[in-house]
Amino acid sequence: MNQSLLLDNVDISKAQLLAIFGSFALLFFLLHQIRSKRIKEEYSLLWLFISVIFIIFSVWRDGLNLLARAVGVAYAPAALFLVLILAIFLILIQFSIIISKTTENNKHLTQEHSILKLEVKKLKHELAKIKSEMNDGSTIKSEHTDKLAK
Amino acid sequence: MAERKNKTLIIIPAYNEAWNIVNVIFEIHEQIRNCDILVVNDASTDSTGNLAEKTGVAEVLNFPYNLGIGAAVQAGFKYANIYNYKYALQFDGDGQHLTSHIPMLINEIETQKCDVVVGSRFIGESSKFDFKSTFLRRIGIRIFTFITILLIQKRITDCTSGFRIYNRKAIKFLAKHYPADYPEPEAIILLGKNGFTFAEVPTKMRARQGGVSSISQKGFFYMIKVLLSMFMTVTRPKIKINEPEFAVR
Repeated sequence: MNQSLLLDNVDISKAQLLAIFGSFALLFFLLHQIRSKRIKEEYSLLWLFISVIFIIFSVWRDGLNLLARAVGVAYAPAALFLVLILAIFLILIQFSIIISKTTENNKHLTQEHSILKLEVKKLKHELAKIKSEMNDGSTIKSEHTDKLAK
Repeated sequence: MAERKNKTLIIIPAYNEAWNIVNVIFEIHEQIRNCDILVVNDASTDSTGNLAEKTGVAEVLNFPYNLGIGAAVQAGFKYANIYNYKYALQFDGDGQHLTSHIPMLINEIETQKCDVVVGSRFIGESSKFDFKSTFLRRIGIRIFTFITILLIQKRITDCTSGFRIYNRKAIKFLAKHYPADYPEPEAIILLGKNGFTFAEVPTKMRARQGGVSSISQKGFFYMIKVLLSMFMTVTRPKIKINEPEFAVR
């Protein structure tokens, strides 16, 4: 397809500048988030990979045409959407994986937390019993100090 | 400290069962002598947890938020594992299961050398007449049974039954691996796949004494979800049990 026909009225250099600026902005924003520990390194790798891909395609203009031709897409900007959608898919699948893992961890935590809660309650109860018995008389007191010593 | 007094733990998962729970606990306490009772209160919005505690004969685990019946039962397995119970029996908190059938399950797992005993509504003499249920649900259970045979080559006639007893080996395993939402059929596949053995005893179930069943509200979703889980479970590799007692010296 003739490019000049399609892109006649579009200022390509302006769009490209915007793309380059946007891609770098994304990369630096991500790096900043990682630096300030708002995104963990292990979850940021996919994002960084994607932002690098964006930078490559924004700087290397023929890249998009090449990609479009390689996958048989007639209209080059459509290939850009393909890349974009693939990237979003990957990120979303990763999110589902992370959510599932977190849910599973949460479940185990909650189960063990409920068991601990029961144990703490029992221990408190027992402690209160021992304390009140200790205050009651010296004979019981010696019994329990023996018990505690063991 | 919570203590193990007997070798069998009865796990009662309960969500909003304030109408039934006290009866269930006292019935078990009066009829079954040699067992401890653990109620797992899955963040009920009514007073299920409080009532269970007030009976004084049951230990109660309270979840801070609703996790589903699978997670509730699993918390019971974790508890049973920590306190070294020999057997763990799952008993529903809604009063559907018959307390008088508990000894049958205990007896079966003690005499038969198997890891799991399931109380089935579909074996025994009066099976066809006793179990009152909707046509659709019976069909659903038939499908689960058929798929269970297909997937693990074991005939469990009532794999949706939540009336089961597990031995120590199964408790240890399930404390780590147990399905979450509507876990019964999936647990059978998981255990079968990992080489655990089963037996069934005929049992009856009463109609619900109160409250609403969580399953009937989302029947179709339940079927699809469980079927998917069953197929996924059987395609997963066998879980290696890495315990010191199995380690080579």
